[in-house]
Amino acid sequence: MRFGIAVFPGTWSERDCARAVEVAGHDSVFLWHRDRDLGGSDCVILPGGFSYGDHLRTGAIARFAPLMESVQEFAAGGGLVLGICNGFQILCEAHLLPGALTRNASLEFRCETAWLRVETVGTPFTGACEPGQVLAIPVSHGEGRYVAEPSVLDRLEAEGRVAFRYVSPDGSPVGDASPNGSMRDIAGIVNEGRNVLGMMPHPERAAEPLLGSADGTRIFLSVASAVAADTAFAVVR
Amino acid sequence: MRFLAEVVISLKPVVNDPQGLTVRAGLHQLGFTEVTEVRVGKQIALEVEGDSEAEVRGRVAEMCERLLRNPVIEDYRIELRPSPAPVPGPPAPPA
Repeated sequence: MRFGIAVFPGTWSERDCARAVEVAGHDSVFLWHRDRDLGGSDCVILPGGFSYGDHLRTGAIARFAPLMESVQEFAAGGGLVLGICNGFQILCEAHLLPGALTRNASLEFRCETAWLRVETVGTPFTGACEPGQVLAIPVSHGEGRYVAEPSVLDRLEAEGRVAFRYVSPDGSPVGDASPNGSMRDIAGIVNEGRNVLGMMPHPERAAEPLLGSADGTRIFLSVASAVAADTAFAVVR
Repeated sequence: MRFLAEVVISLKPVVNDPQGLTVRAGLHQLGFTEVTEVRVGKQIALEVEGDSEAEVRGRVAEMCERLLRNPVIEDYRIELRPSPAPVPGPPAPPA
């Protein structure tokens, strides 16, 4: 299958994503922000970085890129969209996901391994994980504190749309060790259709043992099996 | 007519503001112990052409709704006044 990897001015994680896709045994194509063509992608990745210099707010400008119009249509038709870090911020600004990502509670840029508990395997992005599995995947951000209205958080939980939560390495609640102070320790969520995932941690930085962890590969493999199992995901291009 | 619009963006009261808390701690350290609350926001100054204050206010409000603020976490306030006589801009760059 083919992953399309968006490139905005200031994106820096596109090559890491391409490498992770390669390790997972699939193809990737870079998608320039000014283009509208998704290059036949089965899944679009919005990678990490500082698109448009994080001006105004993180992700606020990227959502107006011509490419994002195509991504919006693709997502509306059930296409798989995976937003990582800045990509998650863009998805929130583009209203493809609820809530917002704000300055870390510590006010520090945190670049370190985080432990994520898989809260649902009922998404195309987590299907290859074990329920409750703890993944070691690094975070690297200054603005990753997930916030939303309590009613929105309740709904996300009730509908099983919290994909990942920050935990301690043994899977117990993270408490004060949270990398960013996210509400309810949320690290990643999916939309109502479960075809759009936003996560702050970087699975592409945990894609082979040489990097210290290969746990991130699960995300890419999950997407690949979802696409292989249900071609409906790849109909809208 | 030309107007000067100042948009003040602030975090909604329910959103935790770690920056404000840090600034408050700094002020306390300096002896300004009377400070009970600090909220950090941002200000965006716009020069806008328009026929009336009401029209410009409406347009700037639309700008806030569509781009300048994030409705999930931020509130905004618009202060509008006629802009003083235009000041000469920077010299045109060489062709």
